Amino acid sequence: MAISPSSKKELPLLQKTPTGIDGLDEITNGGIPKGRPTLICGDAGCGKTLFSLEFIVRGATQFNEPGVFVAFEEKADELAANVTSLGFDLKRLVATKKLRIDHVHIDRSEIQETGEYDLDGLFIRLGYAIDSIKAKRVVLDTIENLFSGLSNESIIRSELRRLFQWLKEKGVTAIITGEKGVNGLLTRQGMEEYVSDCVIVLDHRVTNQISTRRLRVVKYRGSVHGTNEYPFLIDADGISVLPVTSLTLESRVSSQRVSSGIPSLDEMLGGKGFFKGSSVLVSGTAGTGKTSIATSFANEACNRGERCIYFAFEESPDQIMRNMKSLGMNLSKHIKSGLLNFQASRPTSHGLEMHLLVIFKMIRQFKPSTVILDPITNLVTVGTVSELKSMLVRLIDFLQKEQVNVLFTALTLNYTVNEQTDEGVSSLVDAWLMVKDIELNGERNRGMYIMKSRGMNHSNQVREFVISSKGLELVEVFLGPDGVLTGSAREERMLMEKAETALKSFSQGRKDREIDRKSLQLESQIESLRSEFESVKDELNKIYLEDELRKEVMKKNREQMTLTRRNKGGSGNPKK
Amino acid sequence: MKDQESDPQGRYKLQLFVTGASPNSVRAIANIKRICETHLPDNYDLEITDVYRQPLLAHDKQLVALPMLLKMHPHPVMRLVGDMSDKEKVLKGLGILPGLQEND
Repeated sequence: MAISPSSKKELPLLQKTPTGIDGLDEITNGGIPKGRPTLICGDAGCGKTLFSLEFIVRGATQFNEPGVFVAFEEKADELAANVTSLGFDLKRLVATKKLRIDHVHIDRSEIQETGEYDLDGLFIRLGYAIDSIKAKRVVLDTIENLFSGLSNESIIRSELRRLFQWLKEKGVTAIITGEKGVNGLLTRQGMEEYVSDCVIVLDHRVTNQISTRRLRVVKYRGSVHGTNEYPFLIDADGISVLPVTSLTLESRVSSQRVSSGIPSLDEMLGGKGFFKGSSVLVSGTAGTGKTSIATSFANEACNRGERCIYFAFEESPDQIMRNMKSLGMNLSKHIKSGLLNFQASRPTSHGLEMHLLVIFKMIRQFKPSTVILDPITNLVTVGTVSELKSMLVRLIDFLQKEQVNVLFTALTLNYTVNEQTDEGVSSLVDAWLMVKDIELNGERNRGMYIMKSRGMNHSNQVREFVISSKGLELVEVFLGPDGVLTGSAREERMLMEKAETALKSFSQGRKDREIDRKSLQLESQIESLRSEFESVKDELNKIYLEDELRKEVMKKNREQMTLTRRNKGGSGNPKK
Repeated sequence: MKDQESDPQGRYKLQLFVTGASPNSVRAIANIKRICETHLPDNYDLEITDVYRQPLLAHDKQLVALPMLLKMHPHPVMRLVGDMSDKEKVLKGLGILPGLQEND
């Protein structure tokens, strides 16, 4: 009904006026129909007046489109006072002719109807106001009050029809507000009959004692628009609507890596850490050090000089800072330098959608490179698991688009059952770390492993996760014949190994020395043999010399003998 | 009737806001003049203002429905809206006829 085939043809021709309201222009693909009236309706207190006033103020301040605000309910002063807290300086806008506020007061008690009339007075006022500041935007808040001030309904109806026609002819973009009617009527007086181009319904619902404001574009003739209910927030900056369902999966990816702040964890992740702009889930049972991992990730980001927002749903910033000091992390210096921003709130302080909105807003303002949510499981208290999942899907979508690293921690209450459906987000995240208790030999140790890490080579090993005053560390567990050893059992085993090595090295030394000694001994043996050889040789020489000498002496003797015998004169045989 | 007209409240101060020569305006002027002449002879001041000529008045005087007769004196201030064709209501509105209460 909203989009008829004939109006579809002129779709590209439909001109739109940006409202300037955060997020609304995205839902409506550019704003509300230009030069036509738009109806905004909803219950009392759902933000109609503020909505329309912000439309006027944004027009005047951001788009140089002066506006006229016709207030049927509040006086100009009251209006101005009401929105000062939002930083809207109506008086200044009025003084600079960017804004005109016309308070239309109809007091039925002093009015007597005496016959035929029309609403020319209103037309003249409005016409004058529009012309005097060359207004492009008009708000009629809440024109239905005419029905309570004047009794001739048929006149009012025909006059309203004429009024909207006239506004169109004037070419002003108008917002008409209306209070929600009974029996499914959008407005009490059926204003939707007159304003048929664009209808936006505001809603203020309370579920589980937590209120959430929502907005829905019910009808937008000639244009495509988001049809969902979008939560919106009224805070110090006015209204922000959240176009939360991103329909595309077109986020850019980066192959840059960021460190987790734990060198040994980086090592497990292919040596470099997580991908930039990836989402990391750390899940584990109570007391397994999830917050410590999260904080060290945040700390590392700040050490790199990047900004980081830490959304704490469980502990106060001071508590976290004190606790992390014991691990040698000084977070207060990052807070002082403005790199780290703690946002602590109880999950029950808003509804889920509000949390998401607040997170979005903070991220847009602070522009961090890293976001921590600790823990997401606590948010279940304000919504169902499926609601939480849809919230996280949108959050992850958003963060990936902005190339922000995000780390969630999740508490698993029962880790034996179905680890795969951890808040239903495990399939969405890029990396999932599990921290587990390992109970062995009467002590409790922490074991960590990487459940998944998309797009990188990662370790499949269970490591022991040690938290000490030196910080966080992953130690290789000991795989022995008895299985995985952790904690003191691992230490003992390591000591044993150490002793063995020492023993080994000792015995090695002894052998070496023995060999040395042996070689020394042999050498000395060689020496002694050699000297023996020398002496034998000497002996031989001596014998030889003696022999010679004897030969000589014998020869001499013989000669002597011969000589002597000759001298005796042949006296026979001297020997006989 | 005569007693009421010359009551101590003094003269009636009336201002009729019309829009040019629209049928309602023309009728309203004729009707109020006739009523005043009949019921308040010489005891009223009637000013007729064309709002088209003085658009600022529309804001200042809180005009919405026109034509409108503004009774500024005697008190209470009353706004009579319409072409003044309902004579009884005009008289009640002016305080000439008693019994002004919420009609309709």
